[in-house]
Amino acid sequence: MFDLVKHSILFSFFIFLSSFVNADDRKFNLGKIATKTEIAGWNIDVRPDGMGAPKGSGDAIKGEEVYAEQCAACHGDFGEGVDRWPELVGGEGSLDTHDPVKTTGSYWPYASTMYDYIYRAMPFGVAQSLTHDETYQIVAYLLYMNEIIEEDFVLSEKNIGKIKMPNQKGFLLPDPRPDIANTDGKPCMENCKVPTKIIGKARDIDVTPEEEKS
Amino acid sequence: MKKDKKQSLKLNRRELLVGSASLGAMAAASNSVFAKQVSSKNLPPNVPEWTGELGDGVDVNPYGMPSQFEENVIRRNVEWLTASSQSSVNFTPIQDLEGIVTPNGLCFERHHGGVSIINPKDYRLMINGLVDREMIFTLEDLKRFPQTNKFYFLECAANGGMEWKGSQLNGCQYTFGMVHNVQYTGVKLSDLIQETGLKPKAKWVLAEGSDSSGMTRSIPIEKLLDDCMIAWAMNGEALRSEQGYPARLVVPGWEGNMWVKWLRRLEFGDMPYMTREETSKYTDLLPEGNARMFTWVMDAKSVVTSPSPEKPILNKGVHQLRGLAWSGRGKISRVDVSLDGGKNWKTAKLHDPVLSKSVARFTFPFEWNGEELLIQSRAIDETNYVQPTIQELQKIRGVNSIYHNNSIATWLVNSDGKVDNVRLG
Repeated sequence: MFDLVKHSILFSFFIFLSSFVNADDRKFNLGKIATKTEIAGWNIDVRPDGMGAPKGSGDAIKGEEVYAEQCAACHGDFGEGVDRWPELVGGEGSLDTHDPVKTTGSYWPYASTMYDYIYRAMPFGVAQSLTHDETYQIVAYLLYMNEIIEEDFVLSEKNIGKIKMPNQKGFLLPDPRPDIANTDGKPCMENCKVPTKIIGKARDIDVTPEEEKS
Repeated sequence: MKKDKKQSLKLNRRELLVGSASLGAMAAASNSVFAKQVSSKNLPPNVPEWTGELGDGVDVNPYGMPSQFEENVIRRNVEWLTASSQSSVNFTPIQDLEGIVTPNGLCFERHHGGVSIINPKDYRLMINGLVDREMIFTLEDLKRFPQTNKFYFLECAANGGMEWKGSQLNGCQYTFGMVHNVQYTGVKLSDLIQETGLKPKAKWVLAEGSDSSGMTRSIPIEKLLDDCMIAWAMNGEALRSEQGYPARLVVPGWEGNMWVKWLRRLEFGDMPYMTREETSKYTDLLPEGNARMFTWVMDAKSVVTSPSPEKPILNKGVHQLRGLAWSGRGKISRVDVSLDGGKNWKTAKLHDPVLSKSVARFTFPFEWNGEELLIQSRAIDETNYVQPTIQELQKIRGVNSIYHNNSIATWLVNSDGKVDNVRLG
């Protein structure tokens, strides 16, 4: 008991000392030092290189069950999407067509993003309620459905940063804008050659919400 | 004595009307009918009915609301756009607004998991990662840092996103209303970061919200330290809940999605985090099937707010064309207006103040005698960037990029004064 008290006094002294040293080069001396436990509870992001991925694992076989229970109501049994909820599977080869289908398989560049997003924001309305294993299982199921991994592949914190997604190289950097002709701030003012024929009216498409008639 | 009795009868009638919610609603409805027609008994030489009675006292409206005759000036949404109203957007009624300030209750909303309601006592901002000291701040802590007050526009990158293929929505509000402009009060990140210090390897920051979507975006550190701030007030009062109460990130001139609301954490790192919002969303798909990433800046844009589909021309004769212009690259330097679909242009009047990364107000007087007009406006910013036509954008970006449509819109004024959103080609 005595030891415990002694230790805690020593520990307090250490904390006091360290905050004193830190305060020295702080300009305003506002806020408090975050503890490791506090940070661990909120630091949930997972980066493409796997940094931040929590300990855990799961495969598509287990994932199918969890997905059916937690995700299928909105996203469909096979990730096809119900009503206007997002499709999660398929769409490969569609990005350069008139009707691109952007799914985790056809568009998302990193598997880490799937983990990060599902854990932080899904299921819709019950955010951050899945376990880490459940999250790995769901991601594994979606990767399997998109033919990126095998059914028995065990996804974990050790390999989530190494999954190669089909569209990883589909993104262009840096931003090339301004990407229009530079007129040096002096555009045409008179008799400009522009198309002035009406080729479409929003009124004819008729998708504008109507005001209630009063 | 007689007069007093008459007055108390009138007060009783008033109390009766506001006494029940349903009666109150009925009164509002009947007023809205009145609003649409002139009552000659209120016009000269008669004494208007409101002159002959007392109005509300100072204890009736502790927080004032707009006149009941302005009940149509509201945010509106397009139900078919999204699967749920909690992950959806509504639009600012810019066609009804004047000047450059958007009233707080009319600022468009974009949520990904609904509006979080946060007791400010429970608010904490965590800063972790590549800093010298990982720290936590309360709202009161943030308010003790040096303060900054700035007007900025916030525009969703998808504003006008439905118009890439053609004119779809017949309204100024629906095609340009994902923008608002308010004065923010808050602390600059460059000040806040002095408290935590930064490790030399820190190049990016992850901003994270505490709402049900856990909104996250990566922001390069140069931008963060240049002009970003954490705001707790807008237009002089605390942030509205739907705008991130009690604190949000302000990323001037850059797409609205990055202005993380209900901000709970900033993590410093040496590479971008590639969140869902900056990979699967807010990337601009090109005709070849690849997509631009990290297209943050909102290019110069302008819109004629009146006349517009919601603001038909009611009379022949003189009118004041009104509009808004803004640029994420700085100040608006000029706005041109065309009444003939872009063949001929005249320069509009820009009204003070014209501020960097804020909307600017322009007006242009014109006379209308029942002829068809094709109204356009064209913004030019201080970098000499000229707002493009939709054809210029389509030529490079195709029609599937959803985001960053800053092209010139065309309003057709018909001979009866009604106004249509049209596409020229």
